[in-house]
Amino acid sequence: MTADTADKAATKSSAGPNLQLLRFAESITIPVLALVASALVFSVFLLAIGKDPITFYSLIWTGGFGSSFSLQNTLQRAAPLILTGLAFAVPARIGLTMIGGEGALVLGGFTAAAVAIPMVVGGVPPFVTLPVMAITAMLTGGLWVGLTGWLKYYRGVNETIASLLLSYIAIAIMNFFVEGALRDPSSANKPSTMPIGDAYRVGNIPGMDVHWGLAAGIILAIALWILMSRTTFGFAARMTGGNARAALAQGLPVGWLMVVCCMIAGACAGLAGFFEVAAIHGQANASLVAGYGFTGILVSFLARHNPIAVVPVAILFGAIAAAGGVIQRRMGMPDATVLVLQGIMFVVLLVSETFYGRIKFFQPRSTGDRI
Amino acid sequence: MSFSLSRRSLLRAGAAGLAASALPFGLARAQTNVILGIVYVGPKDDFGWNQAHAVSVEALKALPGITVVEEENVPETDAVAKSMESMINLDGANLILATSFGYYKPFVVDLAAKYPNVTFRHAAPLWNKDTDPANAGSYFPYLNQAHYVNGVAAGLSSPTGKIGFVAAKPIPSVLSNINSVLLGARSVNPNATVQVIFTGEWSLPVREAEATNALVDAGCDVITCHVDSPKVVIETAEGRGVKTCGHNASQASLGPKGFITGAEYKWETIYKSYADDIAAGKTPPNFLVGGYNNDMLRNTPYGAGATPEAIKAADAAIEALKGGAPIYKGMLKDNAGNVVVDKDYDNYDPYLDGMNWLLEGVQGSIT
Repeated sequence: MTADTADKAATKSSAGPNLQLLRFAESITIPVLALVASALVFSVFLLAIGKDPITFYSLIWTGGFGSSFSLQNTLQRAAPLILTGLAFAVPARIGLTMIGGEGALVLGGFTAAAVAIPMVVGGVPPFVTLPVMAITAMLTGGLWVGLTGWLKYYRGVNETIASLLLSYIAIAIMNFFVEGALRDPSSANKPSTMPIGDAYRVGNIPGMDVHWGLAAGIILAIALWILMSRTTFGFAARMTGGNARAALAQGLPVGWLMVVCCMIAGACAGLAGFFEVAAIHGQANASLVAGYGFTGILVSFLARHNPIAVVPVAILFGAIAAAGGVIQRRMGMPDATVLVLQGIMFVVLLVSETFYGRIKFFQPRSTGDRI
Repeated sequence: MSFSLSRRSLLRAGAAGLAASALPFGLARAQTNVILGIVYVGPKDDFGWNQAHAVSVEALKALPGITVVEEENVPETDAVAKSMESMINLDGANLILATSFGYYKPFVVDLAAKYPNVTFRHAAPLWNKDTDPANAGSYFPYLNQAHYVNGVAAGLSSPTGKIGFVAAKPIPSVLSNINSVLLGARSVNPNATVQVIFTGEWSLPVREAEATNALVDAGCDVITCHVDSPKVVIETAEGRGVKTCGHNASQASLGPKGFITGAEYKWETIYKSYADDIAAGKTPPNFLVGGYNNDMLRNTPYGAGATPEAIKAADAAIEALKGGAPIYKGMLKDNAGNVVVDKDYDNYDPYLDGMNWLLEGVQGSIT
C-alpha cells in the first residue's frame, strides 16, 4: 500500500461518520426551520384576522406543555397518534401509501371489545383477558390491512384507494354489530357493546395521568425503527420502496414484504384501537371513529416516515390538540383555527422536503467520495 | 331501572328548584362567582343541537358574576375528559355542562369522582343516584312535546296532510319525536300521515338532502327532521317549495317562504337555575327533566308557512301541554298492528323512554 492510498483510506473512514452527522443535522434542521416558517406564516394569518400571535403561541405553550396537567394532556392525546403514525410509516417505507389506519383501529378496537364479552361474563381474570384482547386487536388490524398489501401485489389494486375503502367497510362492520347482534340492550340512545367493566380497564402509567398506550407506542416505535433500519428485512423493504422492480430482479420476495409491512401497520393501528377500548371507552361504539387514523397520516409525513421521529411529531400534534381548547376559550377563536395551523404546517413541511440535499452547509466538503 | 322509580319525585324537586330561582334576583344573588365551562360536540353555529346550547349560554354571559368558557367540536373520546379537566385546571371552572350524549360514560362520571368540588351536569337523562357521583347530574327537556306542537301546526298548514320526517337513528328519543308529530297532526287532521327516512347517522348532510328530496318526491308537503343540524333539510325543502318545521334551534331564517314553526329547547331556563344555585352556595338538582310545564321548551315564532288556524291550534296545544295534557293517549297501535299504548300515559312516564315502535300512520321501519 502506498502512502497515497493509505491517505485516501483514512479520508474515507473519517468521512463516513461525518457524513452521517451531516445527514442527521440536516434531518433535524430542515423540519425545525419548516416549523418556524409555518409559525411565521400562521402569524400573518392571525394578524390578518386581528389576533395577537404572541398570545396564541404562549397559549400553545400553556395548553400543551405549561403545567404537568397540560403535559399529560398532550401525552394522552399523542398516544393513539404514535400508533396510527407508525401504521402509515411502515408501509410508506416499502413505497405504499396506505391510509387505512382508521379502519384497522376501529375494527381492532371492536374485535377486542367483542372477544372480551364472553371472557368478562365467564369471569376470566383481567391479566388473561387483556392480552387476549390486545392480540385479537392486532391480529384483526393486521389481517385487515394485510389484505390491502395482498390486493396490491397479487391483484394490482391501488393500495391507497383499497385501504381507504376498506376503512369505510371496517366502520360499517363495527356499526352493524354494535347496532345489532352485539348491542348492549341498556345502551338505548348510544348503541354500544357490553361494557368490560372497571376491573378490566387498562390503567394509567404509574405516577401519570396517561394510559399505557403511550408506552406501547414508544416501545413499538423503537422496535420498528430497529426493524426498518438495522435488519435485513428492513433493508429489503426499503430497497423495495426505492425500486420494486429492481428488488424483484434481485430475488427479493417483494409480495411477501408488502403484505408483512401492511400487517405490521394494521397491527399498530389495531393496538391503538385496543387501547381506545380498554383504556378509555370500556366498550366499542361509534366514538372509536375519531379520526386518529387519518391524523396519523399527517404525523408520519411530518416524521418523514421515520418510526422514531413519529414519537415527537405525535407529541407535537397532541400538544396542538390540547392547546386548541385553551385557544378557543381564551381567544374566542373557532375550533378550526388549529386545523388551519396544522394545514399550514403540513404544506410548509412538504415544501421543505425539496430542500434535502440542496443546502450547501449540509453537503460533505470533499467531492471525491460522495456516496 | 332503579333511577326511574325516583324520577317523578326528582322532577318535582326540579320544578321546585326552578320556582325558587324565579324569586327576585337580588335575594338569591351571588356570593360565589360562577365559572361555567361548556363543551359542544359540534360547531356552535350548526343551526341545531349545539347552537341551541350556545345561544343559551350566550344569554348568561351578560349576567354579573358569571364567566363562560366554551369549547366546540369536542369528540366523544378522552378529548372531552381532557377538555373538561383543562377548564377546571386552567380556567377554574366550577360548573361543567357536558352537552353530548356520549360524554357521560365514562368521561363525566370519572371526572366527577376525581373533582368532587366541581358540579357536573349532562344533557341526557342518564344520572343514576345509586351508582353515579353526587356532584354529577342530568338535565333533559322532552322535546317531543314541542314536536307535537309542530305536528299540530303542520297538520293545519299542509294541504295534503302528508308530512315527511328525516330522522338520524331509530333510538327512543327520535322515535318519540316522530310519533309526537303524527299525534299532533292527527289531533287536527285524522287523515294525516308521517313518512320517515332514517339516515343512520347524526350528521350526514348529503344523505339528509337525498332523504328530503325523496320525501318531497313522494308527495310530502311539510318536512321536518331530527338530525344534529337541520340546516340542510330545511334549506333543501325550502328550495323544493314545500313547508318546513324546525328542530333543536331556530331555523326560521332558512325558510323565508315555507317555515311553519320549530321545536326548540329552552336551555337557558336550566342553565340560569344552575348558575343561581351555585352562586347562592346551593347544590343544583341532580336530575332535572321537563317540558312545556316548566318552561324548558319553546316553539320558534311562526313563519310564513303557518296558516292562521294552524297558529291558533298550535298555541292552544302549547297551553294544554303547560297544563300537563298527555300526548300518548290509549288505545294506539304501532304500524305493525300491535297495541303499544293501552292507556293515557303521563308525558314523563318511563314506559315512553323505552319506545321502540312507530305508530300506525307513520310510514317507515326502525329495522
